[in-house]
Amino acid sequence: MAKRETMILNMGPQHPATHGVLRIELELDGETVIEARPIIGYLHTGIEKNMEAKTYLQALTMTDRMDYLAPLSNNLVYVGAIEKLMQIEVPPRAEYIRVILTELTRLNSHLVWIGTHAIDLGAMSMLLYAFREREKITQMYEFVSGVRMMASYFRVGGLAQDVPVGFDKRVRDILDTFPAKIDEYEGLLTDNKIWRNRTTGVGTITIDDAIDAGLSGPSIRGSGLAWDVRKSNPYSYYDKFEFDIPIGKNGDCYDRYIVRLEEMRQSLRIIRQAVDGLPDGPVRIDDRKITPPPKIEVLTGMEQLIHHFKLVVHGFQPPVGDVYFPIESPKGEIGCYLVSDGTKKPYRVHFRPPSFINISAFNKLVAGRMVADVVACIGSLDIVLGEIDR
Amino acid sequence: MSLTEEKLKKEYSDKVVEIYTFRGDLNVILKPQDIPEICRFLKTDPDLKYNFLTCITAVDYLEMKDKRFEVVYMLFSIPKHFRVTLKTRIEENEEIPTLTSLWSTANWQEREVYDMFGIKFSGHPNLARILMDEDWVGYPQRKDFPLTYEVPNFSYNKEEIDTRKNAPWRGDEWPNEKQ
Repeated sequence: MAKRETMILNMGPQHPATHGVLRIELELDGETVIEARPIIGYLHTGIEKNMEAKTYLQALTMTDRMDYLAPLSNNLVYVGAIEKLMQIEVPPRAEYIRVILTELTRLNSHLVWIGTHAIDLGAMSMLLYAFREREKITQMYEFVSGVRMMASYFRVGGLAQDVPVGFDKRVRDILDTFPAKIDEYEGLLTDNKIWRNRTTGVGTITIDDAIDAGLSGPSIRGSGLAWDVRKSNPYSYYDKFEFDIPIGKNGDCYDRYIVRLEEMRQSLRIIRQAVDGLPDGPVRIDDRKITPPPKIEVLTGMEQLIHHFKLVVHGFQPPVGDVYFPIESPKGEIGCYLVSDGTKKPYRVHFRPPSFINISAFNKLVAGRMVADVVACIGSLDIVLGEIDR
Repeated sequence: MSLTEEKLKKEYSDKVVEIYTFRGDLNVILKPQDIPEICRFLKTDPDLKYNFLTCITAVDYLEMKDKRFEVVYMLFSIPKHFRVTLKTRIEENEEIPTLTSLWSTANWQEREVYDMFGIKFSGHPNLARILMDEDWVGYPQRKDFPLTYEVPNFSYNKEEIDTRKNAPWRGDEWPNEKQ
């Protein structure tokens, strides 16, 4: 019998279905994948190194650029780590607004995911529908912060500023229209025969394998493990809201799709509770060594002007120490490990990147399957290369 | 005292160098050679079940502590929702045992630590660079690796690049700020 030869095929880095600049080295036997080796680093910009050279406030803007589909989740993990280190208690109104906006961010991220995942598998129209709804959320970012994507809206001790008048009306507007849209997506995909054939039984991973590989977020919940950082280690005000953790059964691409869709509904539930209970009050703590005074006071008082100047130029100095602060980002558990040496700049910042760790398990998902399934598996892991490479 | 602290003190009183809680995080300082054993214990103990390796990272304490690097492991117990941080301090040329036999997720994370800090994990199946180019010289996250800049090296700016490369720089320092 002739010796079996395998073929090496490079997929990417410039490939539309790799969601960025991911390269996958596929070892093929005919059309069957024997091994898939993801090769990363094309987008490495040294964000962690750069943050060491900036003040805490300046470094905040870099966190948006990691997972650019979920900028406010990244803001939250970073300011949350600093707040944990400095033992800051954030005012309730700020926490409520944070919850609303991070859940909107989850919708944003999942919308881009469903659009791109579906277009990878041939459902062209999904992208247009998903981006139609995403537009409302980016407009929401613009409404509160002035920026459509890289909002950098959260600050240590609260928010950059209070939300404009009409915020809750706009949120309710999204809440009222969105459930029908999710049903629309379900109508297009859930029972679609082609969609089912492309995703059911593809990229299956068991719970034990998923834990071993460090998967988190919807990728592990698709396998049937009900673990969500919002429930297991509640941060912000998540313990005040009611929501369920959707889980899958088989751990294939279809289950991960179902889990993410249901997560969008649960996010809406959280947002509704938060916007109903949105209290009045300050959105920043009143410590002038950490947050700048209101602009009107800066313009009229000498001491306030000095505080403002000192904060902008020198920033604040957290105490010496190191903390780890995890949150549930749309992709999984993102955590910030922060080391302070007592100066105005972080000594070391490390992010636990969920996309990086999820893609490291990629071979387990596709080994033994067809080349066409590779695309489905990349899509269903929901990776963002900005976060993988940082 | 948390259950983890109690158990570690009871079972491994000779191996735990230091154990303390800071801002609610349980920190355990260990010797590098004990890391796999303690991790195996934490993973398999029926009352703890630290079955999830959250994160591996390192910090370069250049000229700040007696040993240069601190390697940090975060473990999480999915059934019990406990978290613990294990830390170990090593010198520049010391090796540290890999955790790939316990968790496959350690593979890439240890590669990243190697890539960024040059810390070698003994027994790792494929300790190669992961984010930087294969032929990259130096370890970017080390504190003595200059942040300054890396531009295409042409003949007309070669000298300028070389001089700037040798100057460690921690961002834009204001002249009078050192108080």
